[in-house]
Amino acid sequence: MSDTNHALEARNITKRFGRVQALHGISLTLKPGEMLGILGDNGAGKSTLMKILSGYHAPTTGELLVKGEQVEFTSVDHARSFGIECVYQDLALVNTLSVYHNMFLNREVRHGASPFLNHKEMRERAAAALEDIGVNVPSVDEEVGMLSGGQRQAIAIARAVSSNARVLLLDEPLAAMGAREAGMIIALIERLKARGDVSLIMIAHNYAQTLDVADKVMMVQRGTCTFEGRSADTSVLELLDIVKREYRAAAQ
Amino acid sequence: MNKKTKGLLALLLRKPEASILLVGIILIITFQSLTPDFFTNANMQTVSQFFAPWTLIACGEIMLLISGEVDLSVGQVFALAPFIMHFAIVAGLPVVLGVVVALLVSAFLGFCIGVITVRFGVPSFITTLGAMLLFNGLTLTISGGFPLDTPDGITGVILGGWEYSEILWAVGIALAMHIMLRHTRWGLHTVAAGGNPTGAAEAGIHIRRIKIGNFMMCSVLGGFAGILNAFHVTSIDPNAGGANVMFLAIASAVIGGTSLLGGSGTILGGLFGAAVLGILQDGFTLLGINAFTFDIITGAAILITMISNVQFAAWRRRSRI
Ligand SMILES: Nc1ncnc2c1ncn2[C@@H]1O[C@H](COP(=O)(O)OP(=O)(O)O)[C@@H](O)[C@H]1O
Ligand SMILES: [Mg+2]
Repeated sequence: MSDTNHALEARNITKRFGRVQALHGISLTLKPGEMLGILGDNGAGKSTLMKILSGYHAPTTGELLVKGEQVEFTSVDHARSFGIECVYQDLALVNTLSVYHNMFLNREVRHGASPFLNHKEMRERAAAALEDIGVNVPSVDEEVGMLSGGQRQAIAIARAVSSNARVLLLDEPLAAMGAREAGMIIALIERLKARGDVSLIMIAHNYAQTLDVADKVMMVQRGTCTFEGRSADTSVLELLDIVKREYRAAAQ
Repeated sequence: MNKKTKGLLALLLRKPEASILLVGIILIITFQSLTPDFFTNANMQTVSQFFAPWTLIACGEIMLLISGEVDLSVGQVFALAPFIMHFAIVAGLPVVLGVVVALLVSAFLGFCIGVITVRFGVPSFITTLGAMLLFNGLTLTISGGFPLDTPDGITGVILGGWEYSEILWAVGIALAMHIMLRHTRWGLHTVAAGGNPTGAAEAGIHIRRIKIGNFMMCSVLGGFAGILNAFHVTSIDPNAGGANVMFLAIASAVIGGTSLLGGSGTILGGLFGAAVLGILQDGFTLLGINAFTFDIITGAAILITMISNVQFAAWRRRSRI
């Protein structure tokens, strides 16, 4: 049975890297405008799951469906053509390039059919896209390496949003960030949610923040899903309890 | 410090091309005031012939360095390509097609190095070190170790007949490559491939393709520089080029502001860097200064530029000029 109402669905995804079984069969569904938070330890397989959803890795087994249609992504570009955009943990930003070059990385605007880049248009559109979702940078000509972690994260998100993403995948957007900068990113995510035209999956480590911003949450441990629930019905203590149980089981 | 000098200082620090250009101008003024022979037509020809091949090869190395690779074997392609041209002509092709065949073979050699480097994940320092010995052996084998005369005809005149032909080609190609680096997707993706390979791949950039392409370009430029040089000296020499021309090209690139760490570089800087090295070598010859001193100065210049590049990058980050 396939549900055409689902912006994205994954069924029984497994992934093996040589001898490492990173995912043991994970399923998820995402409605349009919905936000899923993914929690779990380092090395649990969260990033691997994201990279499969974004077409960067092919799953070893399992199915992906977009609006009820089964798809097999052959590349990041292929997934992107279905409106799926991922902001990776390493942000995929090039520090030595300007903000606007990064915003248009691999989808550069050229002068008509000529091979030459249209810097002016990219500059203007980058500035407009950043303003549209309320991101402040000193200048779009600034090298990305000069910016703060929060600004860099915001630029990576803005890049994904400005390419008309229907599904936005965020891998640890709040990692290695001070409270103020994390607040800025959460506010940005909330603005995107409020617009309602994009579904989101966010990997995070802070339970309270995730429950607060996401509609539903999922716990991934050692490549399997150990908990799934609506944020409204889930408490931080409940999540902590699951982790404790898992540790006790692992210790035995 | 007033505003104007501060602005100038900021420009010099931010634009590596600007600082090396300034060094070049200072050197020209110095040599001109020390010897009346500097600004003569004959000497300008000498200077330009010094640095034309370095410029051409530097252009190729800069693209490679930016994408995070290096080619040590290009000096051997410099020697090999004219022989390929010679044998193509002996086989009955017109000179123009002989040049084309030699450039195609150069491109193929670059392709092989590139594929071995990216497919098998061997550092290009190693692959091209191997290729360097291999190509050199190939040249010595097919030439028998003896030099040959270049063919007559209009092609040779256009390529290297006039005293300034080489430098015109070099500057023209450098300008075209500058535009390619700054104003095409290829250039941008080259920076991305060296600046953040994982990130570039995640953005969907085919970094292997970019790197292989740049290896091919570097080899073709090396082969072309070798052919120009052969026509200029009217002799095809199995010992032409070699590691020396490769090192001077990389030195030009680094002095001009290209990072050995990948992700940033400038073609114009490489052009100015090559010119500065050419002017230095020539000026020292005119002044009768020992040739070894040139090597000492080149070596010191590379060290100083490398250190200041690293230091300035950190300092820029802190002070945001
Ligand atoms: N490209 C890869 N090649 C081999 N192993 C990998 C690769 N990517 C991830 N892994 C392994 O898969 C497991 C899950 O990693 P990851 O998905 O990055 O975890 P998380 O994001 O939850 O911290 C780890 O054991 C990791 O070493
Ligand atoms: Mg991760």
